[in-house]
Amino acid sequence: MIKIENLKKSFGKLEVLKDINAEVERQEVVCVIGPSGSGKSTFLRCINRLEDPTGGSIYIEETDITDPKNNINKMRQKLGMVFQQFNLFPHMTVLENITAAPKRLKKKSQEEAEEIGMQLLKKVGLAEKAKVYPDNLSGGQKQRAAIARALAMEPSIMLFDEPTSALDPEMVGGVLEVMKDLAKEGMTMVIVTHEMGFAREVADRVIFMDGGYIVEEGKPEEIFDNPQHERTQAFLSQVL
Amino acid sequence: MLDAMPVLLKGLQMTVLITIISLAIALVIGLVFGLFSISKNKLLRGISTVYVNIIRGTPILVQILYIYIGIPAVTDIRFSAFTAGIIVISINAGAYLVEIFRAGINSIDKGQMEAGRTLGFSYGETMRIIILPQAVKRMLPAFVNQFIVSIKDTSLLSVIGIAELTMSGQSIYSANFRAFEILTVVGILYFIIIYALTLVSRWLERRMDVS
Ligand SMILES: Nc1ncnc2c1ncn2[C@@H]1O[C@H](COP(=O)(O)OP(=O)(O)OP(=O)(O)O)[C@@H](O)[C@H]1O
Ligand SMILES: [Mg+2]
Repeated sequence: MIKIENLKKSFGKLEVLKDINAEVERQEVVCVIGPSGSGKSTFLRCINRLEDPTGGSIYIEETDITDPKNNINKMRQKLGMVFQQFNLFPHMTVLENITAAPKRLKKKSQEEAEEIGMQLLKKVGLAEKAKVYPDNLSGGQKQRAAIARALAMEPSIMLFDEPTSALDPEMVGGVLEVMKDLAKEGMTMVIVTHEMGFAREVADRVIFMDGGYIVEEGKPEEIFDNPQHERTQAFLSQVL
Repeated sequence: MLDAMPVLLKGLQMTVLITIISLAIALVIGLVFGLFSISKNKLLRGISTVYVNIIRGTPILVQILYIYIGIPAVTDIRFSAFTAGIIVISINAGAYLVEIFRAGINSIDKGQMEAGRTLGFSYGETMRIIILPQAVKRMLPAFVNQFIVSIKDTSLLSVIGIAELTMSGQSIYSANFRAFEILTVVGILYFIIIYALTLVSRWLERRMDVS
């Protein structure tokens, strides 16, 4: 589903991703963990080309998205993304946030888009907030609305960049529940997270990044209970 | 005194007409060059910077004379005073609006652009649907201020003989020699529309603060 080959990314002189090789299978849930500044966000943002890689290739369903010949706007429709800071559109209601893209990019009628929007809001437990502006939502509600907005484009892959890191502790659970449901439905997901319990429970595979490389990857039990690499052990002993 | 009023009100009408047409054009200029100024393309950014700096770095009176007298002196291009007036006020206000647009767009969190692009919107669509509606709201007070500045600037168009408010006053007192009374009325008329706009601007600013 996603195939990443020799991915490199530098910001000026700062080499953030040095040589990343990874694959994500259809319906697989991959959690990316690692210390702050290790390049996790950059890695995720390269996958939908919010950052332009300096080298290497990224294939989404066989199409190289780093190839400028491919229409990136079309390709991004397959890749939903959820940000740490939610990034809801404050001048639109929750429902409008969700229908904006399907209406214009998928040419869905107003009614059709709203129907899908309402279904998604029900799914994330926000049906009664449809007509509310994002400023009036709690952090957890904002993030669930943002997930619904991404899902409205019917992506085949969902990317999450620390979706619960900006939330008050009591809000985290609701968002993680929604993500667990998605995983159960077979959504392909790449999740950068600090929630180790969640990663252990939901991930099919855990990737540990450090210093611009993938240092170690494997099943959650392998990574969490029996890390092979010294740096993985050091990191886990700090966060667990 | 009273028989001066119809002429002065006609002058006021001309002042308002030129200001409104010019600001409509200036809005387009400001938007386009404002987008240039934040573009990744160095050439577009350069064009925008040069334009803004030239306009801001020269007096508007010189710009008026340049368009109406300077250019026709060396080319076949001739403008009516009215057209020349609109051109000057437009490109002058346009330059200031470039800065207002640039600041307005830059004030929007960059996560908004990323969220839009991530959904599959192009850069232009994201600008139009997501960034500009938010930016324009924040720009409204600054825009009203520019409106006020431009109204005052139109009084300089009297030098090329446009019968706007100031010129109308001049033509009356040069005939009846009651400069003090006429200029007082002229001043009051400017003051009334500008004060009204100031109130609008304050009201907008207050509304912005609330939201
Ligand atoms: N646009 C940018 N310009 C310059 N440097 C950047 C940019 N984005 C990220 N970096 C740098 O790249 C490095 C990796 O950043 P990245 O955000 O990918 O780390 P991360 O693993 O997601 O960290 P965190 O856990 O804190 O979110 C950091 O040193 C960061 O300062
Ligand atoms: Mg990060």
